[in-house]
Amino acid sequence: MHYEKLIYEHAPKWPYRVLYGQETEVSCDVLVLGGGIAGCWAAIGAARKGARVVMVEKGAVKTSGAGGSGVDHWHCTVMHPASKITPEEYTQANMDNFYGWRNGIMQYIACKESYDCLLELEKMGVKIRDSEDEFKGAEFRDEATKMMFAYDYTAKYCIRVWGTNAKTALYKECQRLGVIIINHVMITSLLNEGGVQGGRIVGAAGMDVHTGKFHVFKSKSTVLCLAQARRTWVFSTELTGFRVEAGPPNESGDGHAIAWLAGAELTGAEQSSQANGAAFGYPQYGVGNAGNTWYACTIVDAAGKEIPWIDRDGRVLKTVSERYRPAPGQKYFLGMGGRKPHYDYASPKLAVPGADDFHRYDAGVFQKAGITLPFYADLPSMPEMERKALWGLMIGQEARTLIPIYQTYNQAGFNPDEDMLQGYECGWGGIGPPQWRQARGGGLLTDWDLKTNLEGLYAAGTQLFSPGDHAYAATTGRYAGRRAAAYALGAGDVEINSKQVAAEKNRIYAPVKRKHGIDWKELNAGVCKVMQDYCGDIKNEELLKLGLKWFEEIEAGEAASACARNPHELMRLLETFNVITFGKMTMEACRARKASSSYLGFKRLDYPEVDPPEWNQWLTIKLDKGNVKTGRLPLDFYGDMVKNYNAHCGLR
Amino acid sequence: MAKEDIRMFPNIVTPSNPVIFDEDVCTGCNNCVELCVMDVLMPNPEKGKPPIVLYPDECYYDGLCVKNCPLWQKGAIKLNHPLNQRVRWKRKATGEHFRIGMPDPPPPNNRPPVGGWDAKA
Repeated sequence: MHYEKLIYEHAPKWPYRVLYGQETEVSCDVLVLGGGIAGCWAAIGAARKGARVVMVEKGAVKTSGAGGSGVDHWHCTVMHPASKITPEEYTQANMDNFYGWRNGIMQYIACKESYDCLLELEKMGVKIRDSEDEFKGAEFRDEATKMMFAYDYTAKYCIRVWGTNAKTALYKECQRLGVIIINHVMITSLLNEGGVQGGRIVGAAGMDVHTGKFHVFKSKSTVLCLAQARRTWVFSTELTGFRVEAGPPNESGDGHAIAWLAGAELTGAEQSSQANGAAFGYPQYGVGNAGNTWYACTIVDAAGKEIPWIDRDGRVLKTVSERYRPAPGQKYFLGMGGRKPHYDYASPKLAVPGADDFHRYDAGVFQKAGITLPFYADLPSMPEMERKALWGLMIGQEARTLIPIYQTYNQAGFNPDEDMLQGYECGWGGIGPPQWRQARGGGLLTDWDLKTNLEGLYAAGTQLFSPGDHAYAATTGRYAGRRAAAYALGAGDVEINSKQVAAEKNRIYAPVKRKHGIDWKELNAGVCKVMQDYCGDIKNEELLKLGLKWFEEIEAGEAASACARNPHELMRLLETFNVITFGKMTMEACRARKASSSYLGFKRLDYPEVDPPEWNQWLTIKLDKGNVKTGRLPLDFYGDMVKNYNAHCGLR
Repeated sequence: MAKEDIRMFPNIVTPSNPVIFDEDVCTGCNNCVELCVMDVLMPNPEKGKPPIVLYPDECYYDGLCVKNCPLWQKGAIKLNHPLNQRVRWKRKATGEHFRIGMPDPPPPNNRPPVGGWDAKA
């Protein structure tokens, strides 16, 4: 007898009223899909222009998204009066640091508007300055504005903030501006005019993840603010809980998948990199290390021997203070760089002897250097202001840290004045095999309005290609919201294609009509195995074609007979379908790049030449009448940034 | 030995216990249920009782259920890192070793973060 039957007979009733197939329709000027950082700012930007805005979120806007639990440093604040860099310089530095493989539109918008967004966030109630003078006299504090900088204390382009309540503040601001917020609804598809792929976007379909109710949204313009795709190569709910990457694992590439199927053009989709950390390491920011939020903590070995910090020329830095300053002859350094930091902007770094990019250790080198494991982050030896900023402020306010790290560790007796937190491979620990990968920045291609190739569809945040973090999401969200509102307020009425809606309903409810079939977890794990084996570190045409064949078989077989027993399982299953779509799109993009690339971490066995000049271009990809169409764009396709920004930003 | 009530069980999912409720403190307001981004929690059919941790294996440990609980400082809800996530540290002066979740922990450090637990402008 199957155990399942016994469980079924004794399981409690689903706590929400189940409304499978029941339909409700909402109309608006601007539809914002996703209520994370980009989504909230897009809704705010659009509502301020007088548009009727509806924002739809799979979780609850107050807490959802990768920025839902906070932000501790706000990037690109080069408009701060004390900053030594112009937006143009800082944009160029970032572009150079990625050797041109970066979204110039997004980068320049962030540089122009990041500081302004931060000041707006303060008006919404988020603390951004040391008004109580707790850090008075610290070398990273600007005495005039009482704001505090991170990374490069000379150039001053990144501000430390108390952002743990950022999402609550944004949520309240959206409410104040009359944005209609619809929580717990997963968007399952975009709706095209006439139901034709590539046609104008006239709305979206979705499902309430508690009740299973069907939602139709009709809109003059739509801003896609859904998340980066995760769960694509690595899936496990068992290893460390459901932490497959940095963001919440309900980020299943929904936005990329629905945009792709609607005919939107994407670029950079062939990029992936080895995943490090989340799925097999330790709680993020919760181990001794020296990067990101922990920049630039002193690291010692088990015997207390200090690991040196060096500058870009290999000079050993004698003081902690020097770790926050440019090298002799360097105007500034970038705190968070690309794959292989450009010499001009290379930051001081911890020189663990023999360690590679993934912090793997070399026993021979360690023996010679006399290093004893484990490593520790020596917080007690750090200057008091740095220690307080690191553990008291940033670990208190960074995403996923206030409760999981700060409160939990302190309650367990950790005291930064006395204790050294253990490091694990000097990162967040846990090195996976090379085929355990993560998507690395493929996304929607837009013009300077942040409008995609599809009429009526705009994109922001991690929906854009080569996305950044919190400040990038905020600035591009606000910008896209403005532009989408301007478009909507001048656009005529739209009509939803009833056939497209009916087909979507059939698709999404099929799994709840089945009594047996594969469950979402086994399906997701299987899909990831295909990605690891056929779209892993080393690729060739035969592997990629086999991978696509695998996915076609899965779609016609296991996925087409998958089963969901309640709305929650149905949501996870629909997410997993999106993972399949995302995987297929990634493989098509990988097939189209017939060259290896050092910048993209892209290795083709059948095209071994690395970085041939004719392939130093963006590869674009879209579906047209169901067929994959690819194209090319020069890396600097965005043109004259100043001119284009001024012409499109909608602020003048 | 007395007769025990031994039954057949499927394996427990891992990790199985991401959040711990104190039934005496939790009022069953379901704020955490509403705000959990992963929908790990379900309202208890019995009103006023702590939520049911229905999908413990889907927790991603952002701690927002705790932070948004009006009674978290009274212990209504606690985040519980699984065993393989419990990080160690060393006291510099004495060389003593400690870890998250150790049986005989040092006294808690009750210092609030800079700006307090609920920093505002």
